[in-house]
Amino acid sequence: MQNHPVIELDRVTKVYPLPAGDVIALDGISLRIEEGEFIAIMGPSGCGKSTLLNQIGSLDVPTSGDLFIDRRNIREMDDRELTTLRLTSIGYIFQKFNLIPLLTAYENVEYPYILRHRHPDTTGHVTRLLAGMGIDEALSSHKPPELSGGQQQRVAIARALVNDPKTLLCDEPTGNLDSKTGEQIMEMLKDLNDQGRTIIMVTHDPAVAEYADRTITLRDGRMLV
Amino acid sequence: MRGDIIFQLSVRSVRLHFLRSVLAALGIVIGVVAIASMGMMGANMTLSVTEELSDMANILVVNAYTGGGGGGMMRIGGGGSSGNDNYLSDDNFEDIKRIASKYGLVYALYSDSDIIEIGSDTGRATIYGLDPAVMPEILTLTDGAYPKSTNSVLIGPQLAERWELKIGSRIDIGDSDEGSTTTVRVVGILEERGMSMDLSTDSAIVGTEKLFIGIYDTEGEYGQVTIVLDDIDDADTVTGEIEDELNKKEDVVTVSDSSRMMETITSTLGTLTAFVMAIAGISLIVAAVSIFNVMMMSVTERIREIGILRSIGTQKEEVRRMFIYEAAILGIVGAGIGAVASLVLGYLFVLIMVGTTEYFFAPASVMYVPMAMIIGVIICIISGVYPAWRAADLDPIEALRAE
Ligand SMILES: Nc1ncnc2c1ncn2[C@@H]1O[C@H](COP(=O)(O)OP(=O)(O)OP(=O)(O)O)[C@@H](O)[C@H]1O
Ligand SMILES: [Mg+2]
Repeated sequence: MQNHPVIELDRVTKVYPLPAGDVIALDGISLRIEEGEFIAIMGPSGCGKSTLLNQIGSLDVPTSGDLFIDRRNIREMDDRELTTLRLTSIGYIFQKFNLIPLLTAYENVEYPYILRHRHPDTTGHVTRLLAGMGIDEALSSHKPPELSGGQQQRVAIARALVNDPKTLLCDEPTGNLDSKTGEQIMEMLKDLNDQGRTIIMVTHDPAVAEYADRTITLRDGRMLV
Repeated sequence: MRGDIIFQLSVRSVRLHFLRSVLAALGIVIGVVAIASMGMMGANMTLSVTEELSDMANILVVNAYTGGGGGGMMRIGGGGSSGNDNYLSDDNFEDIKRIASKYGLVYALYSDSDIIEIGSDTGRATIYGLDPAVMPEILTLTDGAYPKSTNSVLIGPQLAERWELKIGSRIDIGDSDEGSTTTVRVVGILEERGMSMDLSTDSAIVGTEKLFIGIYDTEGEYGQVTIVLDDIDDADTVTGEIEDELNKKEDVVTVSDSSRMMETITSTLGTLTAFVMAIAGISLIVAAVSIFNVMMMSVTERIREIGILRSIGTQKEEVRRMFIYEAAILGIVGAGIGAVASLVLGYLFVLIMVGTTEYFFAPASVMYVPMAMIIGVIICIISGVYPAWRAADLDPIEALRAE
């Protein structure tokens, strides 16, 4: 099977115009990410890692340069299409878990499913996903604040997977976890990568970056080669 | 989590901030109650007045022409207008009688308002002077008999109750400080008559013409002439004939029937009701401000949550809908409670202010409840539009960075 890039960046630049002067968060990043790759993005704080991930996750549109997701130029997509892309093709995993506090663990995972299918899950898909992450039915009915950090991150991973996206974007997924829990989460991500999912992960931790096939290092918005 | 997930989120947000939501909805409750009960009160007044007036559709009242508009509220009951120099003369009365007596009963009425003294108490009442022969035809007694002598009078039930008057009680008419009082004796109590086209006797004193002329020396200066028609269908004919005859050269008389009065009263009550409802509506504006405030708070508190929702694929329009739902829930709950409360309070209001709840459940009355509810809900939704729009337009990245 011939690999083709799921994500392609062509001289992507992101400038934040501020009263004190423009901040160039990304400065001409060109990058090809093949399907099934596991990529770690590293670099000092403020170098533009999250900014890069936000562009890839179509939460933001580059100031200049082109970004292709599944060969579609996101510049040609409106907000509605970008939102649909986030719902169906990309799974997000955040450092702060970012579960919806009003919903139970189960409902948090089911939420993107309902947004996409317009009806609740009757197939047991959500329950299976949660079980796969080690969250049993009793825990599923808890609200996020009642769960430990590791449990919340597992729920967040289940949520990211519920619409079966090709790509997972993780912004310091282990940043708020102790090293042992972090390791478990990384094992899970590794398994998901082995199943064929593309993973792009920002991290500070070289040990965490070890799980990746390839590491990209950023400095002041540029890629070090 | 069944059904609409966006709606579920709105419901939970309202529930999470239950007290705050209840307080915001309270404004809507008050607004809905105010509008609905004012509207119902107006409607009930109109309905009961209309009903009473249509009972006397067979009555025509002829007054001296006073120039301008003619008719109107001031003419209700004909009496009480002391200081009015416009009288009908004996000639007028004779002319009217000649024209109208073949259609029904025609009688002239003296009326004035004066100070009365009962024992040591002083008050004011309308005094009517009537032909004793006419009295049994138009007035019903609950007690006593019709006056046979000059100093005998009939009194209305409200007057009797207020002054604790009985058959045989004495009333001094006139101001004793000015030295000229006439003492009369109550010989009969009138039946409650309510609002009326021709004369309002409920709190009046009705004496003979002779008594009236004796006190006021106004022989041949009638306040009004009344025609009680045998057949309602003659109203236009009689009105036309009288006007043709008496107003040939110049306008001398005005003939009013109850339909014209009904129109005036209905439209006056309508204006009044609209005005009072508009004032009640101000409470809804206050409510709108508090809903707006609560919605803005909800948006501000949930910026991060909005960022999460957006980042995992929630459309702008869905976020907007979530907050509009929230405002609508507050509105619907508030309007629902308001509706129940306005049925209860409105009923009491109408009972106290109108005196009867006979028409309370008439469509024209209860329709104010759904109307006020709809206004309340719409106001809520409008108050939620800007906050919802703000929420939906947040930049997802900025929102995610919020604490
Ligand atoms: N919304 C914004 N407005 C203005 N400047 C911003 C904005 N977001 C990021 N920046 C700036 O862009 C640069 C890159 O930020 P970014 O968040 O991508 O860094 P990072 O590599 O993720 O850092 P960290 O490791 O601390 O998370 C920083 O200098 C930051 O101040
Ligand atoms: Mg970052």
